[in-house]
Amino acid sequence: MGELLILLYIFVLATLAGREVISKVPPTLHTPLMSGANAISGIAIIGALMVTAAAGQLWVKVLGTAGIVMATINVVGGFMVTDRMLQMFRKR
Amino acid sequence: MENTITQIVYLISAVLFVSGIKLLSSPATARSGNARASLAMLLAIVVTLLDHEILNWTTVLAAMAAGAVIGGLLARYIEMTAMPQLVAVFNGFGGGASAAVAAAEFVRAGGNSPSLGVDVGVTIVLSTLIGAVTFSGSLIAFGKLQGIVTGKPVTFPLQKTFNGLLFLLTLLVGASLAHVAVADAVAPLVGMGGLEISGPFFLTLVVAALILGVLLVIPIGGADMPVVVSLLNSYSGIAAATTGFVLNNYILIIAGSLVGAAGLILTQLMCKAMNRSLGNVAFGAFGTEGQTAKAKTGERPVRDVDAEQAAMVLAYAGSVAVVPGYGLAVAQAQHELKKVCDLLEDRGVIVRFGVHPVAGRMPGHMNVLLAEADVSYDKLLDLDDINAEFDSTDVVLIVGANDVVNPAARDPDSVIAGMPILDVDKARTVIVMKRSLSPGFAGIDNDLFYMDNTLMFFGDARDQMTELVKEVREA
Repeated sequence: MGELLILLYIFVLATLAGREVISKVPPTLHTPLMSGANAISGIAIIGALMVTAAAGQLWVKVLGTAGIVMATINVVGGFMVTDRMLQMFRKR
Repeated sequence: MENTITQIVYLISAVLFVSGIKLLSSPATARSGNARASLAMLLAIVVTLLDHEILNWTTVLAAMAAGAVIGGLLARYIEMTAMPQLVAVFNGFGGGASAAVAAAEFVRAGGNSPSLGVDVGVTIVLSTLIGAVTFSGSLIAFGKLQGIVTGKPVTFPLQKTFNGLLFLLTLLVGASLAHVAVADAVAPLVGMGGLEISGPFFLTLVVAALILGVLLVIPIGGADMPVVVSLLNSYSGIAAATTGFVLNNYILIIAGSLVGAAGLILTQLMCKAMNRSLGNVAFGAFGTEGQTAKAKTGERPVRDVDAEQAAMVLAYAGSVAVVPGYGLAVAQAQHELKKVCDLLEDRGVIVRFGVHPVAGRMPGHMNVLLAEADVSYDKLLDLDDINAEFDSTDVVLIVGANDVVNPAARDPDSVIAGMPILDVDKARTVIVMKRSLSPGFAGIDNDLFYMDNTLMFFGDARDQMTELVKEVREA
């Protein structure tokens, strides 16, 4: 039970941190912020790598590989398109 | 648990994620914030690859390469106007990945989650459920934004009851998967043994969650999709965090819950900008009741002008406030608009932009489109700032916006009552560039068009803007 409790602690504290850092966002940045946060949710790629790494069974391999492809699309595409948007925001 | 070095790199990556998101919330630092978050991701990926004994390098690298190419091409070549649907698709993939990971863990446990212990069983069920709902829900949101699925709310009798029952089914199936005692109690009801039910029940869970995702999004109107995408974004974070519980991995939990919380806050901010509660967006089927509004269109006289007259009014004004709407983006007229503004500024006219929080197809979308046209972001004023200026503004130029400048929002009986609007009617002269008098998303007539100080400048925004460039140059 000790391990699960530690995970819960981390979950709750990280949720609070997420709420704090994002509470004041100018409307100007809502779209890039959403797309950037979305790219971070591609962190599922870590999970996909972990299950695929040691996969012996066919179905584990299939599901894990599908997970890697989807998560990589999310991560690479998400960060790149966010950067593409943000580089246009300039002050003159 | 992985070795110490891996854990320390995960910790560094977590710090970079938090500070990256923090930097993302100011225009001056946003780009470095995004870079920091991508560095965090890269660190986490590399250390995970090094830490695990990878049995199938070829598969892993090929899968990553395929994903990177697809994601990269989409990100590089997508039109800025299509940003909402792109975010929806990416988000769906994030949720799908979490569900796939949870399913893979289920299979690895021999299709028998109770043998993993209740805690892991519960988290496998949760991340499968949330991930699958996110996946199918995001794809429907994409379809609606792209116009493949109808943007109108799709409803059928007893929809909420059906959704409720479906959700209960997933809970029951999920509980039997997670706990031996529940499995033993439920299994005889479907004529199976406690262990036999695992496979079919897991499939039932996946299918029910996918259907649930579709049914939750389909009754929501196209105009509300950005709020839905934002909420689903939050879900995909939570799905990733629950996957972290399954795999006992800290960085998954931290990054996942960061996004879960950030997504929820963004959703609330967007709801506030649209003057809707989250419950209202989710269950209101908005857009169906709007059509009942009074249909006075075409009955009342309007004053219309051509490009030459509009150019005169603009060129001899002291200050101009431009109010852009989605019509501007559809017509791809933002670059021509920028030219008009440059010419006006050369003549000494003060030009500013009043951007409504929900202008465009998603909150903040118009700012991206104007930034693409090279408009400096310090000229883009938020709702409150520009509203304080309209009293002293000579001319307001509205391009392809409608509901966000509709004074009916001040009328408590209107369907858009209380929606925050730009008080353009306070300016001395208002020029409305628009295709026709037809109503906007809310489906109601706009009294602004019939006011004495309003000039209607009909036509396609791009053609008219090109004309305007010419006329302002000659004025």
